[in-house]
This record gives sequence, structure tokens and C-alpha cells, in this order.
Amino acid sequence: MKTYLLPEYIVERDAERCIRCKVCVNQCTYDTHYYDAEDDVIRSRDENCVNCQRCVTFCPTHAITIRKNPNAYRENSNWTWETFRDIKKQSETSGVILTGMGCDKPHFTYWDRLLLNASQVTNPSIDPLREPMEIRTYLGAKPDALEMELENGDVVLKTQLTPQLCLETPIMFSAMSYGAISLNVQEALARAATECGTYFNSGEGGLHKSLYKYGSHAIVQVASGRFGVHPEYLDVATAVEIKIGQGAKPGIGGHLPGEKVTEDVARVRMIPPGTDALSPAPQHDIYSIEDLRQLIYAIKEATNYTKPVSVKIAAVHNSAAIASGMVRAGADIIALDGVRGATGAAPKVIRDNVGIPIELAIAQVDQRLREEGIRNKASIVAAGGIRSSADVVKAIALGADAVSIATAALVAIGCTICQRCYTGKCPWGIATSDPWISKRVNPEIASERLANLLRAWSFEIKEMMGGMGINAIESLRGNRLALRGVGLTDTELKILGVKMAGE
Amino acid sequence: MKRIVAKEEFCIGCGLCEVYCTVQHSKSKDVIKAYNRENPRPLGRVRLEVNKPVSFAVQCRHCEDAPCVTACLSGAMKKDESTGLVIHDAEKCMGCWTCIMVCPYGAIKMDASGKVVSKCDFCSGLDVPACVANCPNGALVLIEVKP
Repeated sequence: MKTYLLPEYIVERDAERCIRCKVCVNQCTYDTHYYDAEDDVIRSRDENCVNCQRCVTFCPTHAITIRKNPNAYRENSNWTWETFRDIKKQSETSGVILTGMGCDKPHFTYWDRLLLNASQVTNPSIDPLREPMEIRTYLGAKPDALEMELENGDVVLKTQLTPQLCLETPIMFSAMSYGAISLNVQEALARAATECGTYFNSGEGGLHKSLYKYGSHAIVQVASGRFGVHPEYLDVATAVEIKIGQGAKPGIGGHLPGEKVTEDVARVRMIPPGTDALSPAPQHDIYSIEDLRQLIYAIKEATNYTKPVSVKIAAVHNSAAIASGMVRAGADIIALDGVRGATGAAPKVIRDNVGIPIELAIAQVDQRLREEGIRNKASIVAAGGIRSSADVVKAIALGADAVSIATAALVAIGCTICQRCYTGKCPWGIATSDPWISKRVNPEIASERLANLLRAWSFEIKEMMGGMGINAIESLRGNRLALRGVGLTDTELKILGVKMAGE
Repeated sequence: MKRIVAKEEFCIGCGLCEVYCTVQHSKSKDVIKAYNRENPRPLGRVRLEVNKPVSFAVQCRHCEDAPCVTACLSGAMKKDESTGLVIHDAEKCMGCWTCIMVCPYGAIKMDASGKVVSKCDFCSGLDVPACVANCPNGALVLIEVKP
């Protein structure tokens, strides 16, 4: 069948600059560039280009420019280029349109409609470079009250504290499994988390033995496929997360194609090599809050009540009620993943249409838990669309204890959000298990980039807190008076629990 | 003494080491001029070996007991006692290619003139050789070795 699809991008090469070094040829994993020896010239197959900018970044003479194909269909607000492409693709393949990363549509970002406060005249701002600024965060259930006793002049804590995760900065790395991302990337995340005093998350694909040494900064996942779950896996980690849903694909399971299940991935996941790793949509032993409670306590028993248990759900319409049930079921951490959360592979129709923005979920869950008097019984971790330190501060002001980042972390190590993770041929060596391509991420360099990002954001968080006259992150948490909305309707303001700017 | 070590596990086979070696040994030191204008094109002295998924860059290892120095008939190939580097003097080279034949790493080649050989000179004058400085993935590193 002749394809009616036009190339999405056009590769332009400045002949005066091109030195025919073939770096573009060997860096493209989609076979876009090739060397024509007869004419001594490099040419491109535009239809293969995904605009990942790998060749552009590595070209030593900046000879390459990638443009959106100027050959557009007749302008039409309803029938966009993307709509055309999807229909033509499906008419040729009869398949579900797959995609990677998070929702790329513009209609969901409330961060950009929220503004932060600052101190002027009547209350002093604080300079974080001169005065102590506390951003250390503890995640886990907090007691209703603390009982203390004086013994020989020393204060002795009588209350039995539950296990806590100590974060030196309120930013963790979201769950990304081995298989979806390469081992080099997981190692980079583990090293950066260890260096910065925060946590990485194994995702649902088990934990490679070489990463056990980072266990003190690891959260391991128990998901519907139960891949790689065994006693040592739970023992080595600092917290265990039950994955119910993911922001990019609420309500549906996962599917790691057999081609990506290499010997090593198979060993870690405890499945035969080359077989598809299918995560069912639900956890088949959890059909109710009571069932969830059983798994939470099974894990707590298995780990001797030494590790906090987190439950991760996608932010959906009734998240607040579900979160309330989760806390009552014994979850120490509620991980919320918003509609802009990313994935290694998901049907595009799900990614772009299912779930709710994380901002609304944080506000509603925090509000509900407070109203029910159980906010202290669990920490809230927000993820799915955190792009900057400002988003972190806004998330905490809305009611989160900490955030998780994944897209931002991957961007730090090269990702350009070309949304082709599902092909397994990530030109930046991130979303792949191909041994040749995964070499592109050197954990030493990548962990340095990640640690730099975390440090930079932490500085900025302190700056913003200082500007508001706040010197401890506890004073910011759920402090919605620090926020004002712009361009929002009354209902949106009400759900966010935020006043209009100027009010 | 400093030596270049290739880390095979991080070599991505891009070949930028060859590009920047060529530029460093060009007249203009400009990447576009070196490749597109200079005639003959200057020769890179590092070579990328690729057999996926293995790849690494090879340049003169500056062997402790260098066969090329022993084999050289004219005394053009010499071991510098202070730096331990194997240095080639093109003035003395008579183009007999004996060194090319004895080099176990294939790190010596005929230069563009076809009359003398060319090999890694550790980018004399630079603190960090061009191939190491421009490797985008830390696959070529400079290490200190005991004399």
C-alpha cells in the first residue's frame, strides 16, 4: 500500500559546512542519514527523522537543521496535522497509535496559572545564602501527637515512630523500570539520588544486582506484573511502592515487547528472555480498599515494619476519595501521578485523554485528607509534569510533601522528548535495552548532570522560599496563601483552594 | 607521565575523536577548512574501531618497549626519556614503513605525502590531547602512569 504519510520533518544540510565526517550517519538510530560514496555527499531519508536532535547536537560543524515539513495540508483548526497523520497511519496499519513520554497537549498546565507570593515591607524576606534554609523532608506516616518524658534531665521520646524516608531535597526520581530505560540510566539515577540524599525508584522491572549497593536510596515497586519481586528485592530497598496506576496511562497495563527483554532484563524481571512482559491493567488481587490493605500489610509484614509503603495511583476523577481509602488501608505515602506524566509506551489516545492534571489532584487530596483529620497519616508525593523548581514550590504549596521527576531528569541527561521511547531505539541511549545504543549514557557524566540539576533546583527552591519569608519547607506545605491564580474560573480557583491574584 | 586510555564500555562510535585529531593536525585548526579546503587533507592519527556493540578509539600506545623504535632504521622514531612518549621525527624518516609493519596496534600510517609516516604525537603543546578533550562520552580519558 502506498503510504499517504508525509515526512514530519525535513533535514537540511549546509553543503558548505558539511565535512562528511559521518557522525550524523552513525548517531542516528533511525537510519535517516547515509553517505553516498559515489557523489561524496551525505543525504537524508526525511521520512525516518523523528526530530530528536541527536545529529544536530553532535555535528561538529553545525551543518544540520531540522525543520517541520513546510508541506502542510490546507489549514483547518479542527483537522490538525496530527489528526491527519493519525488517521492516515491507522488507515494503513489498523493499529493503536503508540507514543512515548507525557501528554503534549497545551490544555492542562495549571502551574502556569499560579503565581507565588513574596514579602514586602510588612514581613521580612530571607537571604538563603546568609541564613539557614531547611528543605529536608521526611516522608511517611506521622503520629497524631508526640509523647515525651524527662529522664535524668534528658528528653526521651515515648511515641513509637513509624519508618520515614529522609529527603535532603523534596525531589525524587519517578519510577522508571529496567527494560523501559537502560541500566546505565538507572545507575545514573541511583548515583545522583545517593549523592543528593534523595531516592530513585526501580519501577516495576525489578532491581539489577549491580544497583543493590544503592539500596539505601532506592524505592522498589510491586506492580501488577510482580516482575522481579523476591525477598532480597524488598530487603535491599528503603521503601516499597505498590503501583496501581500511572499518569500517562491510567487504567491500562504495561507491555514491554519481547525484543526489549534481553537476557539481563529477563533475569532481573524473572521471566524467560524474549517474552513479552505484560503488566495486567489491574492488580488482580486488589479489587477494593480492603484488598489493598491486605497487600500493604503483607509487604509491611515481609519487611518487618521497617520500611514505609507507598501506593501510587494515577490522578483520576475521584482521587481524593481513593486517597482517603489508601491512607485508611495503611499507605504511608500516597504517590499521585498526573495526566502529563510520562511513559515508555502508551496508546496516544489514553495518554492524551485520560486522567486529571496533577495540580487539581494535589489540592483535592490534601484538602480531603485534612478534612478527615488523617493528613498526618500519609505523605503526598506529586508527579507528572513537574518542569522546574517553581513547579516544585507550587506543588508543595498546594499540599504535596515532595515531588518526583522523570521527564525533567531524562531531559537533563539528553532526552529531547521526541516521544519515540516505544521503539526501543532511543538515539540518546535512554529508553533502550540495545547494548550498542545504551553505551550513549555514561553513568558518570549522567549522574553528574542529574546531581547538578537537583542542586540547582534546591537553590532555587530556597530562593523562592526566602522571598516569601519562609525558612523551612514545612511552613510552605499546603500553604495555599502563598499562591494566587491568574486566568482561572471561580470553580478552578475553588478546586485549587487558591485566591485570585489581586485578592 | 600521562597516557590515553579508551573505555570501550562508553565509546559510542561517533568518530569525533578522528575529526578533532584531524583538525588539531591541520594548518588552519578550523574544522571546516581542515576538511573542505586543505589539500591534501590532514591525517587523523586516531582510528575508531567498530564491531557493534564493541567500539573504541586506538592511537599510538607509546609502548614502554616500543617495537617501532627498535625497528626504525633511520632513528626517526625515538622514545622521549622524560615523557616516555614515542616521538616521530619526519625530517629523519625515510619512508621504509618498517614501523608500520611492526606496530602491534596498527597505530602508524603513511602520511598524506606518501613519503613519511604519521602517528599520534600526544598533541604536543596541548595539556589534554584533542581526542580526549572532544570525546563527548568520557570514553577517552587521560590517566597518570608511573614512569
